[in-house]
Amino acid sequence: MATAEFRVSARKALADPELRANFRRAMDGLMSRRADLFARAGDWAGLRALGAAARLRALARLPELLERLEAKLVERGVRVHWAETVEQGNAIVGDILRRRGARLVVKGKSMVSEEMHLNHFLEGEGIEVLEADLGEYIIQLDHETPSHIIMPAIHKNRRQIAKLFFERIKGARYSEEVDELTALARAVLREKFERADAGISGVNFAVAETGTLVLVENEGNGRLCTTVPPVHIALMGIEKVIERLDQVPALLALLTRSATGQPITGYVNMITGPRRAGEKDGPDEMHLVILDNGRTRVYADAELRDVLRCIRCGACMNHCPVYTRVGGHAYPGTYPGPIGKILMPQMLGLEKVGDLPHASALCEACTEICPVAIPIGDILVRLRREGTRADSRAVQGAGARRSAFESLVWSAWAAIYATPVLYRPMVWTLTRLGGLLPRGLPGLRDWMRVRARPRFARRSLHELARRAGLPDA
Amino acid sequence: MPDARSAILTRLRAGAPATVTPPDEDFAPVAGIGMGGEERLARLRRAMEAVHTEFLDARGADWVPAIHAWMVAQSLPSLILAPRTEPGRRIAERWPGLGAGPRLIPYDRPLAEWKAALFAENGAGLTATLGGIAATGSLILIPSADEPRTLSLVPPVHIALLEVARIYDTMWQAMREQEWSRAMPTNLLLISGPSKTADIEQTLAYGVHGPKRLLVVLV
Ligand code: SF4
Repeated sequence: MATAEFRVSARKALADPELRANFRRAMDGLMSRRADLFARAGDWAGLRALGAAARLRALARLPELLERLEAKLVERGVRVHWAETVEQGNAIVGDILRRRGARLVVKGKSMVSEEMHLNHFLEGEGIEVLEADLGEYIIQLDHETPSHIIMPAIHKNRRQIAKLFFERIKGARYSEEVDELTALARAVLREKFERADAGISGVNFAVAETGTLVLVENEGNGRLCTTVPPVHIALMGIEKVIERLDQVPALLALLTRSATGQPITGYVNMITGPRRAGEKDGPDEMHLVILDNGRTRVYADAELRDVLRCIRCGACMNHCPVYTRVGGHAYPGTYPGPIGKILMPQMLGLEKVGDLPHASALCEACTEICPVAIPIGDILVRLRREGTRADSRAVQGAGARRSAFESLVWSAWAAIYATPVLYRPMVWTLTRLGGLLPRGLPGLRDWMRVRARPRFARRSLHELARRAGLPDA
Repeated sequence: MPDARSAILTRLRAGAPATVTPPDEDFAPVAGIGMGGEERLARLRRAMEAVHTEFLDARGADWVPAIHAWMVAQSLPSLILAPRTEPGRRIAERWPGLGAGPRLIPYDRPLAEWKAALFAENGAGLTATLGGIAATGSLILIPSADEPRTLSLVPPVHIALLEVARIYDTMWQAMREQEWSRAMPTNLLLISGPSKTADIEQTLAYGVHGPKRLLVVLV
């Protein structure tokens, strides 16, 4: 993915009025529902402090907690696998399915599986994977990726979905009624749940104390994926672990309220191991794949580590003026919006997506809304700086955006400002003749593409001060 | 992949903060708020009704005929129940005496032995609950060998018995008083309404994969 990609895709998205209307409507809805709920019920500040504390405590002892989680899970009969890369993660899932002779897999919503491009990998292995979350199912039918981490099909309106179902589902009748479209998906997927050889899911919180995987959802597809097929494979990033079960209520409240403005989701599914002897349902085999994919590197830097607090609620997207205008597909990589801008450069490298931290007005709407108080704005600035620092090892591709011309300009600037014999004549010239700079000048041309021409004051502050009789410092 | 495991843990240890002073936690925002019994029920009901949960108040009456009558009125063809649980036994005993009505189907074998039949059934599944949560409008369920997970998941209608005396203020209070963390069951569920989705234009639609209707019977 070239560095110029965001610029190009953003411009394309901005020119698509239907797409923009779809996002505007959805984001407005999500924002107002969240605001209503916190206004009615909620000690937002107290809850947020509690949630942030739970995440900080987990990160402070991450290696130890991962080991504790593993031990607890193994005790309960879960097989735990570790993957440093997405290739390793895919190979682990592929091996499990091959050993079980699985042909059909149903999958609940999992952003880690998107990170792994797992569907693509499994299809290459001859295994049919069906996305079971309605939004994921819609985009799978259209061979797309999620445009939002909570509402993957938010970029489509009902007419577009109606047309898609009519064209891609055998025997479907054309309808724009949401209830009918939903019923259609239910009918297709129900048969798959019944026949599936394995179910794959994500994880919202993994509790080290008890070895419990907490899954949050509204549809029931997650429960079906983790209950009906004989094998359940859960996928999570290393940062998903928390210390104790009593931390779940606060994190859960923050997650569902921030994500969709719900006091709780329809189902909170807490799984602690596969079916036990005598139980009539539940998978007889359960696996957890713990994925790194660049997270250990994020963890190593004290400031960047805060990115790993994220509970993937999507609120920063809903409140981001950039995201709302360009939509999720304009961003390269798995995670769009503000969280994507601070995470993807660290996963993919600044040489590839170093422009992402710049695709922000630094308005801090995301920082204000983030339920676990991640200083998103500060991290954006830090990553901008990393982009020009060749001496840093904190982020892959640091220094990739360094330009000799820009460095020269800044050095010259510093030199002039530190040298009065250079500074005075330059300021005198710019205040008198700055208005005559040609519009075609490289920096000026870019600036003026979307902004008014900068106007120089007729007298510099220095001159005005002197005229007012203030003494020179 | 044991090498991936040690590589990940080694990198984390190398990068871990040297001095760890974990922030304190003040649980006041999630602790119980000292509601009265009637207030708890009212809160739970309001929250659950807002997401299309139906209620049948059978307090002070016999709940078996109440459910029978409701199901007849809704023309539901069958009721799947857990025959070895207390409510299951009670229904099996009383049902035949109540006249024509939904067929009883005991969930008495492993899912694998009757998966297709269960998925084809068009009636209701009945479960008990371990109580409710007022603040979020949730039911607490612990599926077990006697009361399988799919009983509250696959049939199009889920009927849940809720003892009004067992409604807690908050989830935090429920988990502490019931001591969940001492021995977590294989599955512990909070159910806060019928299955729903807003994936198409943010428009709520019910019954996408799980039960289309949820009836809470107050006992
Ligand atoms: S960064 Fe914060 S607001 Fe954004 S998804 Fe993560 S937790 Fe939510």
